Amino acid sequence: MSKTAELEKQDDPIHIFQSNSIGLPHLPTYFRELWRRRDFAYEMSRSTLRIQQANTVIGKFWLVLNPLLLAGVYYFLVMVISSGSHRGPEYFAHLVAGIFAFYFISNSMIGGAASITGAARLVMNASFPRLLLPIAAVRTAFGRFIPTVPIFMIFYVIGGSTLKWQQLLAIPVFGLMMVFSIGMAAFFAALQVYFRDTTAFLPYLNRILLYISPVLYYPDQARHYFKLIGVFNPLFPLLGAFSDTLVRGIVPSVGVWLACVAWAISAFLFGCWFFMSREREFAVRL
Amino acid sequence: MSSLSDFDSSSFGDPSETDPGLSAENILKVHKEVTEQLAISVQNLSITYKTQFERVPTVKKAVAGLVRGEKNKFKVVEAVNDVSFDVKHGTILGVIGHNGAGKSTLLRSIAGILAPTTGRIEVRGNISTLLALGLGFHPQLTGRENVILGGLASGLSREEINDKFLEIANFADLGDFIDLPTRTYSSGMNARLAFSVAVHMDPDILLIDEALSTGDAAFKRKARIKMEELMGNARTMLVVSHGLGTIKELCNDAIWLDHGRLVGRGSADEIVDRYTDFVDSGNSAVVLEDF
Ligand SMILES: Nc1ncnc2c1ncn2[C@@H]1O[C@H](COP(=O)(O)OP(=O)(O)OP(=O)(O)O)[C@@H](O)[C@H]1O
Ligand SMILES: [Mg+2]
Repeated sequence: MSKTAELEKQDDPIHIFQSNSIGLPHLPTYFRELWRRRDFAYEMSRSTLRIQQANTVIGKFWLVLNPLLLAGVYYFLVMVISSGSHRGPEYFAHLVAGIFAFYFISNSMIGGAASITGAARLVMNASFPRLLLPIAAVRTAFGRFIPTVPIFMIFYVIGGSTLKWQQLLAIPVFGLMMVFSIGMAAFFAALQVYFRDTTAFLPYLNRILLYISPVLYYPDQARHYFKLIGVFNPLFPLLGAFSDTLVRGIVPSVGVWLACVAWAISAFLFGCWFFMSREREFAVRL
Repeated sequence: MSSLSDFDSSSFGDPSETDPGLSAENILKVHKEVTEQLAISVQNLSITYKTQFERVPTVKKAVAGLVRGEKNKFKVVEAVNDVSFDVKHGTILGVIGHNGAGKSTLLRSIAGILAPTTGRIEVRGNISTLLALGLGFHPQLTGRENVILGGLASGLSREEINDKFLEIANFADLGDFIDLPTRTYSSGMNARLAFSVAVHMDPDILLIDEALSTGDAAFKRKARIKMEELMGNARTMLVVSHGLGTIKELCNDAIWLDHGRLVGRGSADEIVDRYTDFVDSGNSAVVLEDF
Protein backbone atom coordinates (compact mmCIF):
# COMPACT_ATOMS: atom_id res chain seq x y z
CA MET A 1 0.00 0.00 0.00
CA SER A 2 2.78 2.45 0.90
CA LYS A 3 4.60 1.69 -2.35
CA THR A 4 1.47 2.44 -4.26
CA ALA A 5 1.04 5.63 -2.33
CA GLU A 6 4.56 6.74 -3.24
CA LEU A 7 3.94 6.03 -6.89
CA GLU A 8 0.66 7.90 -6.80
CA LYS A 9 2.40 11.10 -5.83
CA GLN A 10 4.88 10.96 -8.66
CA ASP A 11 2.63 10.46 -11.58
CA ASP A 12 -0.84 10.34 -13.01
CA PRO A 13 -3.37 8.10 -11.35
CA ILE A 14 -3.68 4.56 -12.62
CA HIS A 15 -7.16 3.16 -12.92
CA ILE A 16 -7.54 -0.56 -13.12
CA PHE A 17 -10.88 -2.04 -14.01
CA GLN A 18 -11.30 -5.74 -13.73
CA SER A 19 -14.01 -8.27 -13.40
CA ASN A 20 -14.55 -8.38 -9.65
CA SER A 21 -17.92 -6.79 -10.19
CA ILE A 22 -19.49 -8.44 -7.14
CA GLY A 23 -18.34 -7.23 -3.77
CA LEU A 24 -17.38 -3.88 -2.36
CA PRO A 25 -15.04 -1.48 -4.14
CA HIS A 26 -11.82 -0.42 -2.43
CA LEU A 27 -13.38 1.61 0.38
CA PRO A 28 -10.71 4.26 1.14
CA THR A 29 -10.47 5.19 -2.55
CA TYR A 30 -14.23 5.13 -2.92
CA PHE A 31 -14.84 7.48 -0.01
CA ARG A 32 -11.97 9.75 -1.00
CA GLU A 33 -13.51 10.16 -4.45
CA LEU A 34 -16.93 10.62 -2.85
CA TRP A 35 -15.66 13.33 -0.54
CA ARG A 36 -13.88 15.08 -3.39
CA ARG A 37 -17.21 15.34 -5.21
CA ARG A 38 -19.38 16.33 -2.26
CA ASP A 39 -20.21 19.65 -3.91
CA PHE A 40 -21.78 17.64 -6.71
CA ALA A 41 -24.38 16.16 -4.34
CA TYR A 42 -25.08 19.61 -3.00
CA GLU A 43 -25.42 21.23 -6.41
CA MET A 44 -27.47 18.32 -7.76
CA SER A 45 -30.00 18.67 -4.96
CA ARG A 46 -30.12 22.43 -5.31
CA SER A 47 -30.93 22.08 -8.99
CA THR A 48 -33.54 19.39 -8.25
CA LEU A 49 -35.21 21.65 -5.70
CA ARG A 50 -35.24 24.45 -8.22
CA ILE A 51 -36.91 22.23 -10.83
CA GLN A 52 -39.48 20.96 -8.34
CA GLN A 53 -40.38 24.53 -7.46
CA ALA A 54 -40.42 25.71 -11.05
CA ASN A 55 -43.07 23.10 -11.82
CA THR A 56 -45.60 24.50 -9.36
CA VAL A 57 -47.44 27.76 -9.81
CA ILE A 58 -46.70 29.13 -6.38
CA GLY A 59 -43.12 27.83 -6.39
CA LYS A 60 -41.23 28.30 -3.13
CA PHE A 61 -44.42 28.99 -1.20
CA TRP A 62 -45.50 25.41 -1.84
CA LEU A 63 -42.59 24.14 0.24
CA VAL A 64 -44.26 25.71 3.26
CA LEU A 65 -47.87 25.22 2.26
CA ASN A 66 -47.65 21.51 1.46
CA PRO A 67 -46.54 20.27 4.91
CA LEU A 68 -48.93 22.71 6.55
CA LEU A 69 -51.87 21.30 4.61
CA LEU A 70 -50.74 17.79 5.51
CA ALA A 71 -50.61 18.66 9.19
CA GLY A 72 -54.10 20.20 8.91
CA VAL A 73 -55.49 17.07 7.26
CA TYR A 74 -54.03 14.76 9.90
CA TYR A 75 -55.21 17.04 12.72
CA PHE A 76 -58.70 16.86 11.28
CA LEU A 77 -58.42 13.08 10.93
CA VAL A 78 -57.35 12.62 14.53
CA MET A 79 -60.13 14.93 15.72
CA VAL A 80 -62.72 12.82 13.90
CA ILE A 81 -61.35 9.50 15.15
CA SER A 82 -60.79 10.47 18.76
CA SER A 83 -63.86 12.73 18.98
CA GLY A 84 -61.71 15.54 20.23
CA SER A 85 -59.79 14.02 23.14
CA HIS A 86 -56.31 15.49 22.51
CA ARG A 87 -57.06 19.03 21.58
CA GLY A 88 -54.22 20.96 23.19
CA PRO A 89 -51.92 23.22 21.20
CA GLU A 90 -49.06 21.11 22.50
CA TYR A 91 -50.59 18.17 20.70
CA PHE A 92 -50.73 20.15 17.48
CA ALA A 93 -47.06 21.09 17.89
CA HIS A 94 -46.27 17.39 18.41
CA LEU A 95 -48.26 16.46 15.30
CA VAL A 96 -46.57 19.12 13.18
CA ALA A 97 -43.06 18.18 14.35
CA GLY A 98 -43.72 14.48 13.80
CA ILE A 99 -45.21 14.90 10.35
CA PHE A 100 -42.46 17.21 9.15
CA ALA A 101 -39.75 14.82 10.37
CA PHE A 102 -41.62 11.83 9.00
CA TYR A 103 -41.88 13.44 5.59
CA PHE A 104 -38.17 14.15 5.63
CA ILE A 105 -37.51 10.42 6.00
CA SER A 106 -40.21 9.43 3.56
CA ASN A 107 -39.07 11.97 0.93
CA SER A 108 -35.52 10.66 1.34
CA MET A 109 -36.69 7.11 0.63
CA ILE A 110 -38.86 8.07 -2.34
CA GLY A 111 -36.33 10.49 -3.83
CA GLY A 112 -33.53 8.02 -3.16
CA ALA A 113 -35.41 5.21 -4.86
CA ALA A 114 -35.66 7.24 -8.07
CA SER A 115 -32.14 8.63 -7.86
CA ILE A 116 -30.36 6.03 -10.01
CA THR A 117 -33.04 5.08 -12.53
CA GLY A 118 -33.98 8.75 -12.87
CA ALA A 119 -30.39 9.65 -13.72
CA ALA A 120 -29.86 6.76 -16.13
CA ARG A 121 -28.20 8.92 -18.79
CA LEU A 122 -25.78 10.33 -16.28
CA VAL A 123 -24.95 6.88 -14.91
CA MET A 124 -24.32 5.61 -18.46
CA ASN A 125 -22.15 8.61 -19.28
CA ALA A 126 -19.91 9.41 -16.36
CA SER A 127 -17.91 7.52 -13.82
CA PHE A 128 -18.24 8.70 -10.22
CA PRO A 129 -19.16 7.12 -6.87
CA ARG A 130 -22.85 6.41 -7.41
CA LEU A 131 -23.62 6.86 -3.73
CA LEU A 132 -23.59 10.58 -4.46
CA LEU A 133 -27.01 10.29 -6.08
CA PRO A 134 -28.99 8.90 -3.10
CA ILE A 135 -27.07 11.30 -0.86
CA ALA A 136 -28.20 14.16 -3.11
CA ALA A 137 -31.78 12.89 -2.73
CA VAL A 138 -31.49 13.04 1.07
CA ARG A 139 -30.08 16.53 0.78
CA THR A 140 -33.11 17.45 -1.38
CA ALA A 141 -35.46 16.08 1.28
CA PHE A 142 -33.53 18.15 3.83
CA GLY A 143 -33.99 21.23 1.66
CA ARG A 144 -37.72 20.66 1.84
CA PHE A 145 -37.60 20.07 5.60
CA ILE A 146 -35.78 23.31 6.45
CA PRO A 147 -38.68 25.70 5.69
CA THR A 148 -40.91 23.68 8.03
CA VAL A 149 -38.76 24.48 11.07
CA PRO A 150 -40.01 28.08 11.44
CA ILE A 151 -43.59 26.84 10.95
CA PHE A 152 -43.16 24.50 13.87
CA MET A 153 -41.66 27.30 15.96
CA ILE A 154 -44.68 29.52 15.28
CA PHE A 155 -47.13 26.85 16.42
CA TYR A 156 -44.97 26.06 19.41
CA VAL A 157 -44.83 29.64 20.60
CA ILE A 158 -48.51 30.33 19.79
CA GLY A 159 -49.33 27.30 21.94
CA GLY A 160 -47.82 29.26 24.85
CA SER A 161 -44.85 26.94 25.41
CA THR A 162 -41.51 28.40 26.35
CA LEU A 163 -38.18 27.44 24.83
CA LYS A 164 -36.06 25.02 26.85
CA TRP A 165 -32.44 23.95 26.45
CA GLN A 166 -33.52 20.29 26.18
CA GLN A 167 -35.00 21.15 22.80
CA LEU A 168 -31.49 21.43 21.42
CA LEU A 169 -31.23 17.66 21.82
CA ALA A 170 -33.56 17.39 18.83
CA ILE A 171 -30.59 18.34 16.64
CA PRO A 172 -28.55 15.16 17.31
CA VAL A 173 -31.75 13.14 17.00
CA PHE A 174 -32.33 14.70 13.60
CA GLY A 175 -28.72 13.94 12.69
CA LEU A 176 -29.38 10.28 13.43
CA MET A 177 -32.51 10.42 11.26
CA MET A 178 -30.33 11.77 8.46
CA VAL A 179 -27.84 8.91 8.80
CA PHE A 180 -30.78 6.50 8.82
CA SER A 181 -32.26 8.16 5.73
CA ILE A 182 -29.03 7.92 3.73
CA GLY A 183 -28.98 4.18 4.36
CA MET A 184 -32.62 3.83 3.33
CA ALA A 185 -32.20 6.03 0.25
CA ALA A 186 -29.22 3.95 -0.89
CA PHE A 187 -31.05 0.68 -0.26
CA PHE A 188 -34.15 1.67 -2.22
CA ALA A 189 -32.08 3.25 -5.00
CA ALA A 190 -30.36 -0.09 -5.64
CA LEU A 191 -33.61 -2.05 -5.25
CA GLN A 192 -35.30 0.17 -7.84
CA VAL A 193 -32.68 -0.82 -10.41
CA TYR A 194 -33.70 -4.46 -10.02
CA PHE A 195 -37.43 -3.93 -9.41
CA ARG A 196 -38.84 -0.92 -11.17
CA ASP A 197 -42.06 -0.97 -9.16
CA THR A 198 -40.26 -0.24 -5.88
CA THR A 199 -41.35 3.40 -6.09
CA ALA A 200 -44.93 2.21 -6.55
CA PHE A 201 -44.82 0.17 -3.32
CA LEU A 202 -43.05 2.78 -1.23
CA PRO A 203 -46.08 5.03 -0.55
CA TYR A 204 -47.92 2.06 1.02
CA LEU A 205 -44.92 1.13 3.13
CA ASN A 206 -44.63 4.73 4.24
CA ARG A 207 -48.30 4.97 5.12
CA ILE A 208 -48.01 1.93 7.39
CA LEU A 209 -44.80 3.30 8.92
CA LEU A 210 -46.59 6.56 9.67
CA TYR A 211 -49.42 4.81 11.52
CA ILE A 212 -47.22 2.56 13.62
CA SER A 213 -44.90 5.43 14.58
CA PRO A 214 -45.55 7.99 17.32
CA VAL A 215 -46.65 10.81 15.03
CA LEU A 216 -50.43 10.93 15.41
CA TYR A 217 -50.07 9.98 19.08
CA TYR A 218 -47.42 10.40 21.78
CA PRO A 219 -44.86 7.62 22.15
CA ASP A 220 -46.01 6.84 25.70
CA GLN A 221 -49.63 6.73 24.57
CA ALA A 222 -49.02 4.15 21.88
CA ARG A 223 -51.32 1.15 21.96
CA HIS A 224 -49.67 -1.81 23.58
CA TYR A 225 -49.17 -3.73 20.31
CA PHE A 226 -47.74 -0.68 18.57
CA LYS A 227 -45.15 -0.47 21.31
CA LEU A 228 -44.36 -4.12 20.68
CA ILE A 229 -44.03 -3.48 16.96
CA GLY A 230 -41.95 -0.45 17.90
CA VAL A 231 -39.13 -2.80 18.81
CA PHE A 232 -38.92 -3.60 15.09
CA ASN A 233 -39.84 -0.15 13.82
CA PRO A 234 -36.80 2.12 13.55
CA LEU A 235 -39.00 5.18 13.33
CA PHE A 236 -40.51 4.52 16.76
CA PRO A 237 -37.45 5.54 18.78
CA LEU A 238 -36.28 8.12 16.21
CA LEU A 239 -39.55 10.03 15.84
CA GLY A 240 -40.42 9.45 19.50
CA ALA A 241 -37.15 10.97 20.67
CA PHE A 242 -37.57 13.82 18.20
CA SER A 243 -40.98 14.75 19.57
CA ASP A 244 -39.97 14.25 23.20
CA THR A 245 -37.00 16.59 22.89
CA LEU A 246 -38.40 19.18 20.51
CA VAL A 247 -42.01 19.43 21.72
CA ARG A 248 -41.92 18.48 25.36
CA GLY A 249 -38.32 19.21 26.27
CA ILE A 250 -37.93 15.74 27.78
CA VAL A 251 -34.49 14.10 27.75
CA PRO A 252 -34.99 10.60 26.28
CA SER A 253 -33.80 7.61 28.31
CA VAL A 254 -30.48 5.93 27.59
CA GLY A 255 -32.34 2.97 26.09
CA VAL A 256 -34.06 5.23 23.56
CA TRP A 257 -30.76 6.89 22.61
CA LEU A 258 -29.12 3.52 22.15
CA ALA A 259 -32.00 2.32 19.98
CA CYS A 260 -31.75 5.46 17.82
CA VAL A 261 -28.00 5.11 17.34
CA ALA A 262 -28.23 1.39 16.65
CA TRP A 263 -30.97 1.79 14.05
CA ALA A 264 -29.29 4.73 12.33
CA ILE A 265 -25.91 3.04 12.07
CA SER A 266 -27.22 -0.34 11.01
CA ALA A 267 -29.52 1.19 8.37
CA PHE A 268 -26.60 3.25 7.07
CA LEU A 269 -24.19 0.34 6.93
CA PHE A 270 -26.70 -2.08 5.45
CA GLY A 271 -28.02 0.38 2.85
CA CYS A 272 -24.56 1.50 1.75
CA TRP A 273 -23.27 -2.06 1.60
CA PHE A 274 -26.26 -3.19 -0.45
CA PHE A 275 -25.82 -0.24 -2.81
CA MET A 276 -22.04 -0.21 -3.16
CA SER A 277 -21.64 -3.91 -3.69
CA ARG A 278 -24.03 -3.67 -6.64
CA GLU A 279 -23.35 -0.26 -8.07
CA ARG A 280 -20.92 -1.43 -10.73
CA GLU A 281 -23.68 -3.52 -12.20
CA PHE A 282 -26.10 -0.61 -12.52
CA ALA A 283 -24.83 0.56 -15.90
CA VAL A 284 -25.60 -2.77 -17.59
CA ARG A 285 -29.08 -2.88 -16.08
CA LEU A 286 -30.37 0.57 -16.90
CA MET B 1 1.95 -7.26 -23.85
CA SER B 2 3.21 -4.70 -21.39
CA SER B 3 1.28 -4.29 -18.24
CA LEU B 4 0.76 -1.81 -15.48
CA SER B 5 -0.66 -4.45 -13.25
CA ASP B 6 1.92 -4.26 -10.48
CA PHE B 7 0.79 -0.78 -9.60
CA ASP B 8 -2.71 -1.28 -8.59
CA SER B 9 -4.13 1.83 -7.08
CA SER B 10 -7.37 1.86 -8.92
CA SER B 11 -10.56 3.56 -7.96
CA PHE B 12 -12.54 0.40 -8.43
CA GLY B 13 -10.14 -2.51 -8.57
CA ASP B 14 -8.95 -4.82 -5.90
CA PRO B 15 -5.69 -3.52 -4.41
CA SER B 16 -4.55 -6.93 -3.25
CA GLU B 17 -2.88 -7.53 -6.62
CA THR B 18 0.50 -6.00 -5.86
CA ASP B 19 3.17 -8.59 -6.48
CA PRO B 20 5.07 -9.04 -3.22
CA GLY B 21 8.13 -10.37 -5.07
CA LEU B 22 9.04 -7.00 -6.55
CA SER B 23 11.17 -4.56 -4.64
CA ALA B 24 10.20 -0.92 -4.51
CA GLU B 25 13.10 0.09 -6.79
CA ASN B 26 12.18 -2.52 -9.34
CA ILE B 27 8.64 -1.35 -9.33
CA LEU B 28 9.76 2.21 -9.82
CA LYS B 29 11.95 1.27 -12.77
CA VAL B 30 9.33 -0.81 -14.54
CA HIS B 31 6.83 1.84 -13.71
CA LYS B 32 8.89 4.57 -15.41
CA GLU B 33 9.35 2.56 -18.58
CA VAL B 34 5.75 1.61 -18.82
CA THR B 35 4.35 5.04 -18.20
CA GLU B 36 6.46 6.52 -20.92
CA GLN B 37 4.56 4.39 -23.35
CA LEU B 38 1.18 3.14 -22.41
CA ALA B 39 -1.92 5.13 -21.69
CA ILE B 40 -4.44 2.34 -22.02
CA SER B 41 -4.01 -1.39 -21.91
CA VAL B 42 -7.02 -3.58 -22.60
CA GLN B 43 -6.47 -7.25 -21.87
CA ASN B 44 -8.86 -9.99 -22.96
CA LEU B 45 -11.81 -7.77 -22.31
CA SER B 46 -15.30 -9.21 -22.58
CA ILE B 47 -18.48 -7.39 -21.65
CA THR B 48 -21.82 -9.05 -21.46
CA TYR B 49 -25.08 -7.22 -21.05
CA LYS B 50 -27.65 -9.16 -19.11
CA THR B 51 -30.88 -7.36 -19.65
CA GLN B 52 -34.47 -8.35 -19.51
CA PHE B 53 -35.11 -7.05 -22.95
CA GLU B 54 -38.79 -7.45 -23.52
CA ARG B 55 -39.96 -6.07 -20.19
CA VAL B 56 -39.17 -3.79 -17.33
CA PRO B 57 -38.23 -5.84 -14.26
CA THR B 58 -40.76 -5.52 -11.45
CA VAL B 59 -41.63 -7.38 -8.27
CA LYS B 60 -45.08 -8.08 -9.68
CA LYS B 61 -43.61 -9.87 -12.68
CA ALA B 62 -41.04 -11.69 -10.57
CA VAL B 63 -43.82 -13.01 -8.32
CA ALA B 64 -46.04 -13.86 -11.29
CA GLY B 65 -43.08 -15.66 -12.91
CA LEU B 66 -42.45 -17.65 -9.71
CA VAL B 67 -46.10 -18.65 -9.49
CA ARG B 68 -46.14 -19.78 -13.11
CA GLY B 69 -42.80 -21.53 -12.64
CA GLU B 70 -41.06 -19.45 -15.32
CA LYS B 71 -37.38 -18.75 -15.09
CA ASN B 72 -36.14 -15.21 -15.28
CA LYS B 73 -35.62 -14.64 -18.96
CA PHE B 74 -32.41 -12.77 -19.57
CA LYS B 75 -31.22 -11.69 -22.93
CA VAL B 76 -27.47 -12.06 -22.84
CA VAL B 77 -25.58 -9.88 -25.31
CA GLU B 78 -21.86 -10.32 -25.74
CA ALA B 79 -21.17 -6.73 -26.70
CA VAL B 80 -17.37 -7.00 -26.45
CA ASN B 81 -15.71 -10.35 -26.87
CA ASP B 82 -12.09 -11.08 -25.88
CA VAL B 83 -10.62 -7.81 -27.08
CA SER B 84 -6.99 -6.91 -26.35
CA PHE B 85 -5.03 -3.86 -27.43
CA ASP B 86 -2.69 -1.18 -26.09
CA VAL B 87 -2.70 2.53 -26.72
CA LYS B 88 0.46 4.58 -26.32
CA HIS B 89 0.49 8.07 -24.95
CA GLY B 90 -0.14 10.68 -27.62
CA THR B 91 -2.09 8.41 -29.93
CA ILE B 92 -5.39 9.31 -31.52
CA LEU B 93 -7.04 5.98 -31.98
CA GLY B 94 -10.05 5.66 -34.25
CA VAL B 95 -12.62 3.00 -33.41
CA ILE B 96 -14.78 1.83 -36.30
CA GLY B 97 -17.32 -0.89 -36.91
CA HIS B 98 -20.96 -1.48 -37.76
CA ASN B 99 -23.92 -0.39 -35.59
CA GLY B 100 -23.94 -2.58 -32.51
CA ALA B 101 -20.33 -3.67 -32.95
CA GLY B 102 -19.57 -2.72 -29.36
CA LYS B 103 -17.76 0.58 -29.82
CA SER B 104 -19.74 2.55 -27.24
CA THR B 105 -19.55 -0.36 -24.84
CA LEU B 106 -15.76 -0.47 -25.20
CA LEU B 107 -15.44 3.26 -24.54
CA ARG B 108 -17.73 3.04 -21.50
CA SER B 109 -15.63 0.29 -20.00
CA ILE B 110 -12.41 2.25 -20.54
CA ALA B 111 -14.08 5.18 -18.81
CA GLY B 112 -14.84 2.94 -15.82
CA ILE B 113 -18.59 3.11 -16.29
CA LEU B 114 -19.10 -0.53 -17.24
CA ALA B 115 -17.19 -3.15 -15.29
CA PRO B 116 -15.57 -5.86 -17.41
CA THR B 117 -17.32 -9.21 -17.32
CA THR B 118 -13.93 -10.83 -17.77
CA GLY B 119 -10.53 -9.38 -18.54
CA ARG B 120 -8.82 -6.27 -17.38
CA ILE B 121 -8.35 -2.64 -18.35
CA GLU B 122 -5.52 -0.42 -17.16
CA VAL B 123 -5.67 3.28 -17.75
CA ARG B 124 -3.08 5.86 -16.77
CA GLY B 125 -4.19 9.46 -16.38
CA ASN B 126 -7.33 11.48 -15.95
CA ILE B 127 -10.11 10.46 -18.25
CA SER B 128 -12.65 12.81 -19.72
CA THR B 129 -15.56 11.31 -21.57
CA LEU B 130 -17.75 12.69 -24.28
CA LEU B 131 -20.14 9.87 -24.89
CA ALA B 132 -23.08 9.54 -27.20
CA LEU B 133 -25.62 10.77 -24.67
CA GLY B 134 -24.28 14.28 -24.12
CA LEU B 135 -24.04 15.69 -20.62
CA GLY B 136 -27.05 13.71 -19.46
CA PHE B 137 -28.57 15.91 -16.79
CA HIS B 138 -32.22 16.81 -16.45
CA PRO B 139 -33.50 18.72 -19.52
CA GLN B 140 -34.99 21.38 -17.25
CA LEU B 141 -31.53 22.39 -16.07
CA THR B 142 -29.83 25.30 -17.78
CA GLY B 143 -26.63 25.01 -19.79
CA ARG B 144 -24.80 26.73 -16.95
CA GLU B 145 -26.05 24.20 -14.39
CA ASN B 146 -25.06 21.39 -16.76
CA VAL B 147 -21.52 22.72 -17.02
CA ILE B 148 -21.19 23.07 -13.25
CA LEU B 149 -22.68 19.65 -12.48
CA GLY B 150 -20.65 17.99 -15.24
CA GLY B 151 -17.45 19.49 -13.86
CA LEU B 152 -18.25 18.58 -10.25
CA ALA B 153 -19.15 15.01 -11.26
CA SER B 154 -15.79 14.58 -12.93
CA GLY B 155 -14.05 15.73 -9.78
CA LEU B 156 -13.19 19.38 -10.37
CA SER B 157 -13.56 21.80 -7.50
CA ARG B 158 -16.01 24.67 -7.61
CA GLU B 159 -13.18 27.19 -8.06
CA GLU B 160 -11.69 25.25 -10.94
CA ILE B 161 -15.06 25.25 -12.68
CA ASN B 162 -15.63 28.94 -12.06
CA ASP B 163 -12.21 29.60 -13.56
CA LYS B 164 -13.02 27.58 -16.63
CA PHE B 165 -16.65 28.51 -17.06
CA LEU B 166 -16.12 31.49 -19.36
CA GLU B 167 -13.78 29.55 -21.57
CA ILE B 168 -16.26 26.67 -21.80
CA ALA B 169 -19.19 28.96 -22.55
CA ASN B 170 -17.24 30.92 -25.14
CA PHE B 171 -16.06 27.81 -26.87
CA ALA B 172 -19.58 26.33 -27.03
CA ASP B 173 -20.70 29.73 -28.30
CA LEU B 174 -24.35 29.39 -27.31
CA GLY B 175 -24.93 33.06 -26.51
CA ASP B 176 -27.88 33.68 -24.20
CA PHE B 177 -28.92 30.05 -24.44
CA ILE B 178 -26.33 29.16 -21.81
CA ASP B 179 -28.85 30.30 -19.16
CA LEU B 180 -31.85 28.55 -20.72
CA PRO B 181 -32.94 24.96 -19.99
CA THR B 182 -31.21 22.44 -22.24
CA ARG B 183 -34.59 21.20 -23.46
CA THR B 184 -34.63 24.37 -25.57
CA TYR B 185 -31.37 23.35 -27.28
CA SER B 186 -31.02 21.78 -30.69
CA SER B 187 -29.10 18.51 -30.73
CA GLY B 188 -26.09 20.28 -32.22
CA MET B 189 -26.14 22.85 -29.42
CA ASN B 190 -26.21 20.04 -26.87
CA ALA B 191 -23.27 18.40 -28.56
CA ARG B 192 -21.31 21.67 -28.61
CA LEU B 193 -21.79 22.20 -24.91
CA ALA B 194 -20.86 18.60 -24.09
CA PHE B 195 -17.77 18.79 -26.28
CA SER B 196 -16.72 22.06 -24.75
CA VAL B 197 -17.02 20.68 -21.21
CA ALA B 198 -15.10 17.51 -22.10
CA VAL B 199 -12.12 19.23 -23.72
CA HIS B 200 -11.79 21.82 -20.97
CA MET B 201 -11.47 19.24 -18.19
CA ASP B 202 -7.72 19.02 -18.87
CA PRO B 203 -7.94 15.32 -19.60
CA ASP B 204 -4.93 13.11 -20.19
CA ILE B 205 -7.22 10.78 -22.05
CA LEU B 206 -10.24 11.93 -23.98
CA LEU B 207 -12.90 9.48 -25.09
CA ILE B 208 -15.19 10.77 -27.82
CA ASP B 209 -18.19 8.79 -29.04
CA GLU B 210 -19.78 10.25 -32.15
CA ALA B 211 -20.01 13.54 -30.39
CA LEU B 212 -19.37 15.71 -33.39
CA SER B 213 -21.83 14.14 -35.77
CA THR B 214 -24.48 16.78 -35.10
CA GLY B 215 -22.18 19.80 -34.98
CA ASP B 216 -22.21 22.17 -37.96
CA ALA B 217 -19.25 22.70 -40.28
CA ALA B 218 -17.94 25.72 -38.40
CA PHE B 219 -18.04 23.94 -35.07
CA LYS B 220 -16.46 20.80 -36.49
CA ARG B 221 -13.52 22.87 -37.66
CA LYS B 222 -13.23 24.58 -34.30
CA ALA B 223 -13.41 21.19 -32.58
CA ARG B 224 -10.70 19.77 -34.80
CA ILE B 225 -8.39 22.68 -34.03
CA LYS B 226 -9.03 22.19 -30.32
CA MET B 227 -8.28 18.50 -30.58
CA GLU B 228 -5.06 19.15 -32.45
CA GLU B 229 -4.12 21.59 -29.70
CA LEU B 230 -4.75 18.88 -27.09
CA MET B 231 -2.70 16.47 -29.19
CA GLY B 232 0.19 18.90 -29.11
CA ASN B 233 0.28 18.31 -25.36
CA ALA B 234 0.69 14.58 -25.95
CA ARG B 235 -2.80 13.64 -24.89
CA THR B 236 -4.38 10.38 -25.85
CA MET B 237 -7.72 10.20 -27.59
CA LEU B 238 -10.13 7.49 -28.63
CA VAL B 239 -12.54 8.59 -31.31
CA VAL B 240 -15.60 6.61 -32.35
CA SER B 241 -17.07 7.82 -35.61
CA HIS B 242 -18.95 6.57 -38.62
CA GLY B 243 -17.38 9.40 -40.58
CA LEU B 244 -14.52 7.44 -42.07
CA GLY B 245 -13.04 10.60 -43.59
CA THR B 246 -12.81 12.09 -40.09
CA ILE B 247 -11.06 8.98 -38.83
CA LYS B 248 -8.52 9.08 -41.65
CA GLU B 249 -7.80 12.76 -41.17
CA LEU B 250 -7.76 12.86 -37.40
CA CYS B 251 -6.38 9.55 -36.23
CA ASN B 252 -2.96 7.96 -36.58
CA ASP B 253 -4.11 4.52 -35.47
CA ALA B 254 -7.39 2.66 -35.70
CA ILE B 255 -9.09 -0.49 -34.49
CA TRP B 256 -11.98 -2.23 -36.15
CA LEU B 257 -14.65 -4.06 -34.16
CA ASP B 258 -17.07 -6.54 -35.67
CA HIS B 259 -19.75 -8.17 -33.50
CA GLY B 260 -17.71 -7.47 -30.40
CA ARG B 261 -14.47 -8.91 -31.77
CA LEU B 262 -11.35 -7.01 -32.67
CA VAL B 263 -10.77 -7.80 -36.34
CA GLY B 264 -8.20 -5.22 -37.26
CA ARG B 265 -5.58 -2.93 -35.80
CA GLY B 266 -3.22 -0.72 -37.72
CA SER B 267 -2.74 2.71 -39.18
CA ALA B 268 -5.97 4.65 -39.66
CA ASP B 269 -5.63 4.66 -43.45
CA GLU B 270 -5.08 0.93 -43.67
CA ILE B 271 -7.92 -0.03 -41.34
CA VAL B 272 -10.41 2.36 -42.91
CA ASP B 273 -9.54 1.04 -46.39
CA ARG B 274 -9.95 -2.55 -45.26
CA TYR B 275 -13.24 -1.68 -43.59
CA THR B 276 -14.53 0.09 -46.71
CA ASP B 277 -13.54 -2.88 -48.88
CA PHE B 278 -15.31 -5.21 -46.49
CA VAL B 279 -18.48 -3.15 -46.44
CA ASP B 280 -18.45 -2.94 -50.25
CA SER B 281 -17.99 -6.67 -50.71
CA GLY B 282 -20.60 -7.51 -48.08
CA ASN B 283 -18.60 -10.41 -46.64
CA SER B 284 -18.46 -11.44 -43.03
CA ALA B 285 -15.40 -10.03 -41.33
CA VAL B 286 -14.46 -13.41 -39.93
CA VAL B 287 -14.29 -14.80 -43.45
CA LEU B 288 -12.25 -11.80 -44.43
CA GLU B 289 -9.86 -12.42 -41.55
CA ASP B 290 -9.45 -16.02 -42.63
CA PHE B 291 -7.90 -15.02 -45.95
N1 LIG C 1 -27.87 -1.16 -22.08
C1 LIG C 1 -27.81 -2.24 -22.88
N2 LIG C 1 -28.43 -3.37 -22.52
C2 LIG C 1 -28.36 -4.46 -23.31
N3 LIG C 1 -27.69 -4.53 -24.45
C3 LIG C 1 -27.04 -3.43 -24.86
C4 LIG C 1 -27.07 -2.22 -24.12
N4 LIG C 1 -26.33 -1.30 -24.77
C5 LIG C 1 -25.88 -1.90 -25.88
N5 LIG C 1 -26.29 -3.19 -25.96
C6 LIG C 1 -25.97 -4.16 -27.01
O1 LIG C 1 -24.57 -4.29 -27.07
C7 LIG C 1 -24.12 -4.35 -28.40
C8 LIG C 1 -23.08 -3.27 -28.64
O2 LIG C 1 -23.67 -1.99 -28.50
P1 LIG C 1 -22.86 -0.64 -28.63
O3 LIG C 1 -23.74 0.46 -28.21
O4 LIG C 1 -21.57 -0.79 -27.93
O5 LIG C 1 -22.62 -0.57 -30.21
P2 LIG C 1 -21.91 0.57 -31.07
O6 LIG C 1 -20.78 -0.05 -31.74
O7 LIG C 1 -21.65 1.76 -30.24
O8 LIG C 1 -23.04 0.88 -32.15
P3 LIG C 1 -23.38 2.29 -32.86
O9 LIG C 1 -22.44 2.41 -33.98
O10 LIG C 1 -24.77 2.08 -33.34
O11 LIG C 1 -23.27 3.36 -31.84
C9 LIG C 1 -25.36 -4.22 -29.26
O12 LIG C 1 -25.72 -5.52 -29.70
C10 LIG C 1 -26.42 -3.69 -28.36
O13 LIG C 1 -27.66 -4.22 -28.69
MG1 LIG D 1 -22.42 3.73 -30.14
